[in-house]
Amino acid sequence: MKLYAKYFSMHIKSQMQYKLSFFFTCTGQFLVAFATFLSIHFLFARFDSVGGFTYEEVLICFAVMIMAFSLSELIGRGFDRFPILLGNGGFDRIMVRPRNVVFQVLASQVEFSRLGRFIQAVVVLAFALPRSGIDWTWDKILTLIFMIVCGAFLFFGLFVIYAAFTFFTLEGLEFMNILTDGGREHGRLPFSVYGDGVLKFLTYVVPLALVQYYPLLYLTGRTEDMRYMFVPILALLFLIPCRAFFKLGMRKYKSTGS
Amino acid sequence: MIPARGGLRSPYLALFRIRFTHSLQYRAAALAGFATQFAWGFMYILAFIAFYESNPHSFPMTLPQTVSYIWLQQAFMSFFFIWFYDNSIFSAVESGEIAYELARPMDLYARWFSQTSANRLAAGALRCLPLLVVAIVIPAPFRLVLPTEGTRILLFFASMFLAMGVVVSLTMLVYISAFSTINSMGTRIVVGVAADFLAGGYLPIPFFPDVLRFAVELSPFGAMQNMPLRIFSGHLYGEAMMQGLALQVFWLFALLLIGRILMKRALRRVVVQGG
Repeated sequence: MKLYAKYFSMHIKSQMQYKLSFFFTCTGQFLVAFATFLSIHFLFARFDSVGGFTYEEVLICFAVMIMAFSLSELIGRGFDRFPILLGNGGFDRIMVRPRNVVFQVLASQVEFSRLGRFIQAVVVLAFALPRSGIDWTWDKILTLIFMIVCGAFLFFGLFVIYAAFTFFTLEGLEFMNILTDGGREHGRLPFSVYGDGVLKFLTYVVPLALVQYYPLLYLTGRTEDMRYMFVPILALLFLIPCRAFFKLGMRKYKSTGS
Repeated sequence: MIPARGGLRSPYLALFRIRFTHSLQYRAAALAGFATQFAWGFMYILAFIAFYESNPHSFPMTLPQTVSYIWLQQAFMSFFFIWFYDNSIFSAVESGEIAYELARPMDLYARWFSQTSANRLAAGALRCLPLLVVAIVIPAPFRLVLPTEGTRILLFFASMFLAMGVVVSLTMLVYISAFSTINSMGTRIVVGVAADFLAGGYLPIPFFPDVLRFAVELSPFGAMQNMPLRIFSGHLYGEAMMQGLALQVFWLFALLLIGRILMKRALRRVVVQGG
């Protein structure tokens, strides 16, 4: 942990050397999220609700997913850029060091410009929370925190799977982006909106709905069942197969030789 | 050194061909891209269906029109989205490599224009076909409905051609701005996001609030993906369609002219970076 803190401050320092570039990437992240927000806003100028959810409820969804995603991207960017690490032989160097591999990949990159996206989500959340008509008792606040934090872990797991695929293909696989970027983009609407098939898939196969739809039901008072509050924690089980898959990939790994 | 007549345009065509075949090499990437875009399009359609069901009367297009719009947008993504920049141009300007380009007996504007168009066309050429084929055979309400009249299809292709011209000539302005900014990242990002939003890349323009919709439809952004996609889906027809096409021609020539002038001015005072 102490070592990670050292890496962390090192990354801050190095990225702050290029302040202008950092600022622009940050702004870019903010703007992309803002454009998505605007399109939701325009849609709800026309429609009162979607799938039974109101504007404010959808905004909570949107903000939670973006926060979860940008947090995991900030920390887990090393896995997102894993194809590069494999391609340039950086991973070989990691393997020979006497430290945990996952830790080193994590520490290899911290992407602070993702804060731009995070800030946009904070603004939206600050707008939506008081207007949502939710009575903010401690259990609701806790549910919200569970959604964001467990969501971040879940996205992180998806990045790890993406990285693990690279062991077999040596290239980044674009189709994973439907789960990572797609999870963020389409997660702006509660997953039930997309119909039963999608909801089942996102409950049992890639449990994104566990950090979004089910706790949202409790948050908005659609169910009184306290169990829904802890459903996001269940989603953490997904990290076990992610880790296993990464381990499997590592055993199969042959260096690219460069 | 004046090339023979007929050979006048050939270096740009040759460059176009080289770039095109170069981009066609990435077949596996194209296949993965197809699967991804299919899934994205499918999710967007499901979302629109949900909005449609919540209140069909507020829907500015019919559902099949919206579905066609989304499939075509996914299929021809690389033709229409501004963020699909050619980064080698930016790095050429920023690294000073541009000096070599300027030494060549080629018109830089035309060179960049053909290079960018080729990249876009090649990236789309491989992806669009499988996506369109699948979208045509899947059952309703997800099916891509083909227009029945031949003229509509012809006008769609004409409009797509014009739209791509408008998109590329706008990208040219961003490239040219790199001459005066040294670090073009800011312009790149802001123009990219704003233009793609206004062009209907995040949400089709008919879904915009009325005032904004009116303004955007007259602007160059309305002359981009908005036109061909709505012509194909049958949302634009008759007089409105003809006006739109005329507007596309207007913006294409206006942007080409502006780009040419700005390029000339930028090159007159170009400072080559680095040694």
